[in-house]
Amino acid sequence: MSGRLRARQLGVIGCHVCGLVCKDRLGERGHARCPCCHTTLRRRRPDSIGRAWAFLLAGMVFYIPANALPVMYTGLLGSSSDNTILQGVISFWKDGSYGIALVIFVASVVVPCTKFLILGLLLVTSQRHSRWAMRERARLYRLIELVGYWSMLDVLVVATVAALVKFQALGDIEPRIGIFFFGAMVILTMLSALNFDPRLIWDGMATHE
Amino acid sequence: MNETFERMTEPGYPVVARSGRRLSLVWLVPLVAALIGLSMLVQAWLSAGPVITITFQTAVGLEVDKTPVKYKDVTVGTVSSITLSDDGSQVIATVALLKSAESLARADTRFWVVRPRICLNGVSGIDTLLSGAYIGVDKGKSSQSNKAFAGLETPPTVINGAPGRSFVLHTDDLGSLYIGSPVYYRRIQVGHVAYSQLDPDGKHVSVQIFIDAPYDRFVTAGTRFWNASGVDVSLDTKGLKLSTQSLTTLIAGGIAFATPPDDVGAPAITAYDLAKDQQSAMAPPDGPARYIQLRFEKSLHGLSVGASVEFSGLDIGRVVAIDLDYDPIGHRFFSVVGIEVYAQRMGSVLNKLPKPDGDPQRQAAQFLRGMVEHGLRAQVRSDNLLTGQLYVSLDFMPNATPVTFDVDARPLAVPTVDGGFDRLQEQVASIVGKIDKMPLEAIGNNLNTTLVDLDQTLKQVNVQLLPATTQTLQQARQTFGVVQGVLASDAPLQQNLGQTLQEVQRTARSLRVLTDLLSRHPEALLRGSPDDAPPVTSGSRSVSAPQEFPR
Repeated sequence: MSGRLRARQLGVIGCHVCGLVCKDRLGERGHARCPCCHTTLRRRRPDSIGRAWAFLLAGMVFYIPANALPVMYTGLLGSSSDNTILQGVISFWKDGSYGIALVIFVASVVVPCTKFLILGLLLVTSQRHSRWAMRERARLYRLIELVGYWSMLDVLVVATVAALVKFQALGDIEPRIGIFFFGAMVILTMLSALNFDPRLIWDGMATHE
Repeated sequence: MNETFERMTEPGYPVVARSGRRLSLVWLVPLVAALIGLSMLVQAWLSAGPVITITFQTAVGLEVDKTPVKYKDVTVGTVSSITLSDDGSQVIATVALLKSAESLARADTRFWVVRPRICLNGVSGIDTLLSGAYIGVDKGKSSQSNKAFAGLETPPTVINGAPGRSFVLHTDDLGSLYIGSPVYYRRIQVGHVAYSQLDPDGKHVSVQIFIDAPYDRFVTAGTRFWNASGVDVSLDTKGLKLSTQSLTTLIAGGIAFATPPDDVGAPAITAYDLAKDQQSAMAPPDGPARYIQLRFEKSLHGLSVGASVEFSGLDIGRVVAIDLDYDPIGHRFFSVVGIEVYAQRMGSVLNKLPKPDGDPQRQAAQFLRGMVEHGLRAQVRSDNLLTGQLYVSLDFMPNATPVTFDVDARPLAVPTVDGGFDRLQEQVASIVGKIDKMPLEAIGNNLNTTLVDLDQTLKQVNVQLLPATTQTLQQARQTFGVVQGVLASDAPLQQNLGQTLQEVQRTARSLRVLTDLLSRHPEALLRGSPDDAPPVTSGSRSVSAPQEFPR
């Protein structure tokens, strides 16, 4: 790796819109624009870590009401109840539907928590310009981008079931405020992952050289 | 420009523009998120109401975190835990009430578990069959709040704040009334029995009933309540009577009420008496009872305590006691009958009666004396020959023997005469006595002599009269035989007569021929008859024409 040159070391910067390569003059006052397409030239996404932190924290805040508040109201044959996510998982597990319980648990607990952990890890290591397991961290980043698509599973389930089960007195399922927080949490974590510049993972290498 | 870039081996310089210091707005996102989360936390903290405990006998149907507490069918809390009491005799349900339901936790608020319930007068809580039980609340009126409550085992029948009014009825006997038994007004169910309890002295029962609005306005001060439970079968001197209010009351009992038509509609009071049936309920108020003693010399078999006392056919009282009394002078036993007379039952006629001075007891005595002097007597009469029941009748006897009435005697005593049956017996006895006095033997002897005379007369008739009669009859028969012979068709007299008549006929015919001849040939008288002329006969003339026809 040491034999490879990076744009910064060459003193050049690439426009991420038109691909034009210019001399890196970002150290001077003001900000540079691409002479071709006039796009603002940036070495990294601006304020990447700060924004990522902000969205991540907001997501984490929303994750609390998403779990504490009921996400779904089920009324079947007169028995009505508001269910939080974990209550649903437990009731499915108790009823013997281990598969569904596991899917819901993974989608609504494991995945978000993993995302928080991974993003937190990436952000912390990037801030500290750590050179630790950079390749693995890059892989983790790709993982959370991939997983992001499936994070809305709970919201989709609630939306679908609430639309399907409308039998008046016999059975009725309605979304509750918790699912809004869950959806907001998913969006915020996706924004956080989006704002994180994965190139920052590798910047540690440059500083240590 | 493109050509310039292609020819360049070195990267060109970017355009450097001035830029201002920019505040990162992105931190507003977690701030807003935190604010929202915080506001929800605050809201949750604010909406958390009081935590109360309710004790029940059993936790049937209660589930932790599931069973709701409902007030007017609005969920106001949830059972958060169920534990046994320290001695294990009761179940303690801890309920987290909502902040909005804080006012429900009054000292006299009642809690009960709503489960499906089937009782005599209906089914309730059907909805809980599927939804599961819930805890019902009835908000109390007390100003003090409370944290620990004792749950009711059965739902209360009267919910606080329900439109309507409660009334208390006093009765000697609860009968077949239950909590929830219906209350009827003109056979429309207008309320129900809320609860019943024994009075502290143990002698009466207080029944609280609840009449729903708007029917409660039909209850006025003069309203009468009676027990309409079951079938009312009564067998008294009036015969067999059977009445019932509705099919429900057959099973679950019930109360009915009505207002007398002459009621002025004064505002309702809170406590009433519960009569045992409609008749006694609707009877006008009896007023004070007057105890009167009657002494009867005859047996009073068939007179029972409670039998009616009638005055001129009006039921004015009842028999309250029947005792035996002994008269040592005559060694005789008397029946002493105590009766209670309600003068008020006589109605408006009381106002027309004279009112002597003195205390009521004295007044009554004076009044009675006047009546007794005019022939008022008590008498035991049979009202119903079938049941043999007796009643006491106070009436004026036109030919009663005068009796002195003791005004100062207590209790008052009205002289008596023998009952209708006894009088009948006397009359029969007097008839028998009269029959007894008749000279039946002499009548018999006379009758006997007469019969002997008759016998002799008949014998004479037999011996003398009958043979003569037979003779006369035989002679008559002979005479008739002779007459018969004379008049027979083949008798010579008859034949002779026939011949004579034929002769006469022939003579007449020849005479007619002669006259005919003479009329046609008058000359024949002189010349004789012409030879060619055929003799003309009567009868041939009529048949001559048909004889010519076949020719």
